[in-house]
Amino acid sequence: MKIAIPLDENRQDVCIVLARAPYFLFREDGKDTIADNPAAHANSGAGVQAAQFLVDESADVLITVRCGQNAADVLKESGMRIYKSIHKAALDDMIAWEDGKLDELTEFHSGYHGVR
Amino acid sequence: MKIACLSGKGGAGKTLTAVNLAAAAGTAAYIDCDVEEPNGRLFLKPENVQIQTVNSLLPAFDGGKCIGCKKCVQFCRFHALTYIKEKPMVFSEVCHSCGGCLLVCPENAVTEINKPIGIIEMGWHQKIRVVTGILNPGEASGVPIIREALKQDDGLMIIDCPPGSACSVMESVRDADYCILIAEPTVFGFHNFKMVWELVSLMNKKCGVVINKQEVPYEPLEQFCQEKQLPVLARIPYDKEIAEVIAGGKILTEISVKYGELFHSMLKQIGGEV
Repeated sequence: MKIAIPLDENRQDVCIVLARAPYFLFREDGKDTIADNPAAHANSGAGVQAAQFLVDESADVLITVRCGQNAADVLKESGMRIYKSIHKAALDDMIAWEDGKLDELTEFHSGYHGVR
Repeated sequence: MKIACLSGKGGAGKTLTAVNLAAAAGTAAYIDCDVEEPNGRLFLKPENVQIQTVNSLLPAFDGGKCIGCKKCVQFCRFHALTYIKEKPMVFSEVCHSCGGCLLVCPENAVTEINKPIGIIEMGWHQKIRVVTGILNPGEASGVPIIREALKQDDGLMIIDCPPGSACSVMESVRDADYCILIAEPTVFGFHNFKMVWELVSLMNKKCGVVINKQEVPYEPLEQFCQEKQLPVLARIPYDKEIAEVIAGGKILTEISVKYGELFHSMLKQIGGEV
């Protein structure tokens, strides 16, 4: 089971955006790694590119504050489950998810289309 | 002759200038390339309108042939493609129809299908042929519509460009013989004016300036025009009469003798009078 969370510049807090988050935190078999998000500076299609990255990384679960429709289409198609972040610190969200305390994200926005 | 009306910002007076130049010429084609918000038709009110659909190309993937190399996904600089469940998937509104995925696919698993992205309306206002490009909301690029609209080659053409200095503007002025840069005499107006000037200069276009909504001359703009030897073709005052005519959806040249002369003189200076 691999869990992914978009990370802020400080590499600790959950980033409020998904597609252009600077990093992703992954947890697999109790081991945490932080990876650069290749879509962080995309001129267009960042949601699609970030989602592709998560799919390629074989994440099973994504915890995020929000998620655009295009990214959601990719993630859902791949079978990934998306949960709503409720904490500031990514590790708190990770623990909450492990305890079954996070709800699934059901609302997706239509994207920011390059607006930062 | 093809005359393009451009400005760096919206609301500077592109449509005012383009519509009135066409009206002053009497016989002309007015081509609205501002496909995201074409509004020349609100003044020209074309009759006998015919509609043509404009398509863009969208890739389609043959799952049987695809070997999952993801070359297409990596190639797409717009990130319109993803590869999931052993097949590429396209996000149509992100796709720019460049055809790159088809070129890089080693297995010929990509074909292109037509996707309607908008229409072109063609009608008449007296002897003015009115061509309006209209892009469907949400589409990434209006360039295919602009390209199609500009195929209506017909004597004197007045091209109403989109605002700004991006791809759609470059496409609109590509074949223009003359570019009219419409500027507002303000800090903001001047800043945006310089951006379009830079674009048309790069494209080696002959150009002149129309200063719109002028109360007093804006010195930096005046100096710039002098330094670059840009002719000021007309100065349109900040006049309530103009605002009233425009708000009424009417054409200034057809109503006001004074302003009619201004646009006739503009055509004469450019050499586009017929």
